[in-house]
Amino acid sequence: MSVKTLIKTSEYHDSVSLMLVARELTEYPGVVDASVVMGTDANKSLLEQAGLLTPEADATTPNDLIIAVKADDAVAEKALEEAEKILSKKQTAGGEGAEFLAKTVRGAVRSHPEANMAIISVAGRYAAEEAWEALFQGLHVLLFSDNVSLEDEIALKKFAAEHGLLLMGPGAGTAIINGVALGFANVIPEGPVGIVSAAGTGLQEVSTLLAKNGIGITQGIGTGGRDLKESVGGIMMLAGLKALQEDENTKYIVLVGKPPAPSVTKLVMDQIAKGDKPTVMCFMGGDVTVADGVKNAMAVRTLQEGGLLGAKLAGADLPDIDQLIAKETAELKVEADKLATTLSDGQCYLRGLFSGGTLCYESQVIWEDLMSEPVLSNAPLDHAKTMKDSTRSEGHCTVDLGEEEFTVGRPHPMIDNDLRIRRIYQEAADPEVAVIIMDVVIGYGAHMDPASELGEAIQEAKAKAKAEGRELIVIASVTGTDGDPQGLQPQVRALEKYGVIVCPSNAAASRLAGMIVEQKAAKL
Amino acid sequence: MKKGKISDVFGKPLNVVNVGLESMAEAVKDQDVPTFQVDWQPPMEGVKHLRITKSGINIDEANEEVVKRIKQARPTLVGMGVAKDVIPGMHDRMILHAGPPITWERMCGPMKGAVMGALVYEGIAENEEAAEKIAASGGVEFSPCHHHNAVGPMAGIFSPSMPVFIIENTTFGNKAYCTQNEGLGKVLRYGGMGPEIYKRLKWMEAVLYPTLQRAIDSMPDGIDVKALIAQALHMGDEGHNRNRAGTSLFLRAIGPALARTNKDNEVLAKVIEFIDKNDHFFLNLTMPAGKAALEPAEGVEGSSILTVMARNGTDFGIRLSSMPDRWFVAPAGEVKGLYFPGFTAEDANLDIGDSTVTETAGYGGFAMAAAPAITQFVGGTPDMAVAATLEMYEINFSEHEGFTIPVLNYRGTPLGIDVRKVMETGILPKLNTGISHKDPGIGGIGAGILRAPEKCFKDAFDAFQEKYF
Repeated sequence: MSVKTLIKTSEYHDSVSLMLVARELTEYPGVVDASVVMGTDANKSLLEQAGLLTPEADATTPNDLIIAVKADDAVAEKALEEAEKILSKKQTAGGEGAEFLAKTVRGAVRSHPEANMAIISVAGRYAAEEAWEALFQGLHVLLFSDNVSLEDEIALKKFAAEHGLLLMGPGAGTAIINGVALGFANVIPEGPVGIVSAAGTGLQEVSTLLAKNGIGITQGIGTGGRDLKESVGGIMMLAGLKALQEDENTKYIVLVGKPPAPSVTKLVMDQIAKGDKPTVMCFMGGDVTVADGVKNAMAVRTLQEGGLLGAKLAGADLPDIDQLIAKETAELKVEADKLATTLSDGQCYLRGLFSGGTLCYESQVIWEDLMSEPVLSNAPLDHAKTMKDSTRSEGHCTVDLGEEEFTVGRPHPMIDNDLRIRRIYQEAADPEVAVIIMDVVIGYGAHMDPASELGEAIQEAKAKAKAEGRELIVIASVTGTDGDPQGLQPQVRALEKYGVIVCPSNAAASRLAGMIVEQKAAKL
Repeated sequence: MKKGKISDVFGKPLNVVNVGLESMAEAVKDQDVPTFQVDWQPPMEGVKHLRITKSGINIDEANEEVVKRIKQARPTLVGMGVAKDVIPGMHDRMILHAGPPITWERMCGPMKGAVMGALVYEGIAENEEAAEKIAASGGVEFSPCHHHNAVGPMAGIFSPSMPVFIIENTTFGNKAYCTQNEGLGKVLRYGGMGPEIYKRLKWMEAVLYPTLQRAIDSMPDGIDVKALIAQALHMGDEGHNRNRAGTSLFLRAIGPALARTNKDNEVLAKVIEFIDKNDHFFLNLTMPAGKAALEPAEGVEGSSILTVMARNGTDFGIRLSSMPDRWFVAPAGEVKGLYFPGFTAEDANLDIGDSTVTETAGYGGFAMAAAPAITQFVGGTPDMAVAATLEMYEINFSEHEGFTIPVLNYRGTPLGIDVRKVMETGILPKLNTGISHKDPGIGGIGAGILRAPEKCFKDAFDAFQEKYF
């Protein structure tokens, strides 16, 4: 056992870093004790107490560094070398744990005072508190989370509206603010149309239909699906509408949702009349006569009409919308009759497999007008029946695979195609199925190539049906734009390559599907 | 909160805070929009967000008042005196100690050592053994420094004839007191005992004190300690475990007055040497400066901010502005430390001292980012020190514009520990501290870091909720 010291003259290190070196050195095999200190009197007396003070160490000045080790004779020298190595070891900048993320909304805003929008997707029972924090920090909020209580929603929205903030949600997955797609949203050019929507995919379908007709938008404000209920009173729909009325870049307005409570419809129409901007009320399946005589207001029943009317108002080169749709329907009828002839005798049913709830809803509105038999759904129209078991199709039916029953603990079908692929195989194996209709929603937030994944499955499903002697018809529409990361055209082409009939809108796809099964039924 | 219009945001660049699924932020990031992810954790179970009390007090407004008073404080070194003469309530047979109230039986080793040492130093006891008997038999009255406008580092022992600094908060007129710092290692405040300690204390009483006192008395405006702390934070100090810059600045500030009021150059040299050899000399000024700043902030109804955080080596205690006379205590924590040669974690006493007054007042460990030289405490790199400070912003109500951190673009230090935020986030104050040997008579053996114990925050939060909701 011996005590050795190494003196480094005029080498200053802060005492704490030296203590760390000493600790490392103490762990060196064979070292009993070690100290690395500057040669101050206080340190020398510490060394003396620890039995580490050699004459060389005693002779140092406070500007000299003392490395002292008590160790087996064999390792003492080596330990001193090791100490030098540890000392000269460069601390790597940005080491582990160096990046700091704020733990709270408040903390994030403190560090980034320029923040003005919060996206909240934490579990529902915590979401309201986070939304409050965000509002108190002056942030607009996209509240993606579900399962926020009605009381919380009302209180949050009242506060937000009073303070000039957006509280989009709960359950709002889509918004486009200042050209930025938030949540599930598409790349839409700038333009004169402002949208407020209580339906996520409704906002996507309407905005992409505008874009497909060369028209852009100012804002796409989401409100969450419950906003138009009597209890919430359309707080955000009204606040969003008012904001768009005040916005000088917005020249036309489209409102989207399921039909509001009558009291809310009245509030909305009063607000429309207060402004001076032509406003399309696209409350799907609603009574279009409500807008009669109301200044600036027009009412339509489908997303397609909403999108096309908005585009026409904003200057798209389109004929009268009713005529346009009538003409399209006539063309689809010809195709439907042709396709119906390819079906085998037992193939009589339509099956909808949707990822977007609003699109599933729009289809039902169309089928209700078009078809002689009801189409059941797990997300039916208000007055319609719910299908018995949403995992097992029967008769004509359409399933919203984005409903909570399918998404608990599983990714949404817009993000992950597995669930829908399994359902495609399930439907294709059913000899009574004539037509499968589906939506393919692209844009930010969505799967990067749904057309290829779904298309391959569809091709296989069609081949299996064919092997069993049936022609399975698959119809789709793509909700998206050429500006989307996936690109509208590549997605359409991919689907067509796999044998899918692609229509320019969900409404068109629904009519085609409906008319095929109607034609088949008529022939029997 | 100011009211605007929704349309105000139209056309402005978006800057997004994302709480929850990171995938929600990815898409926004892809659009070249600045996105700040929150490292979100569910709140502690059963913790409600408290905002407005049942009597209608807006807690944020109450807290705003508290931090306003702390920020307005102007702690100034105005003089010195002998403890029994100047400290309110102090008497010939009273010993002040750090942390929440404690009896002799429950005192930790170093506090007992410091008490015994002080009794010998005072001449109340002939030796340590006699001192122990006196202390154990009720021969002296123990009282927390915090009950006497005072704060003491480590054991925080004040005995009647010890000289103390007098800090006046010139904004509010209140005073705070602290002893002179003895140095590191075998010293009384770390529980050290022995002739060399008493000799040093006697010298500090007979030579250091009158020399400093004369100098301070000759300075008509005293010494602005707040300004020194602010400067020291720009020079690598954080005001708790690093006071090298502050000590130097103090010597510069008092230097001319020392020279002018002293006749014997050898005495002057010894005084300067003593201060120069003790990097922590300034700690005994940053601490009472914090105490002087915090006391006027006590007693604000509805405030959830801490005005006291202190440890006695057995218990860790806190007090809230809105309940200024009530201690919430929990067992003191173990310090994760770095040790002087010859000592290990085995030897360490639990967390001790009033020095957490610095964090309570908005500097000390919370300003770790300002002190790159001691970043080893928090993991070794300056980035980690920055992260440590950034984390503390989460549980502090405000930022101290008077104390800024260069590396954070001169952002104010975290100020005003908010018991609500501590409970909501589960983030406990991160403190750095000296370490005493657990046995009486040995002294300081290292320094380290730890988190404040959760229990006292939970108790304070519950009591706050009970009182106001």
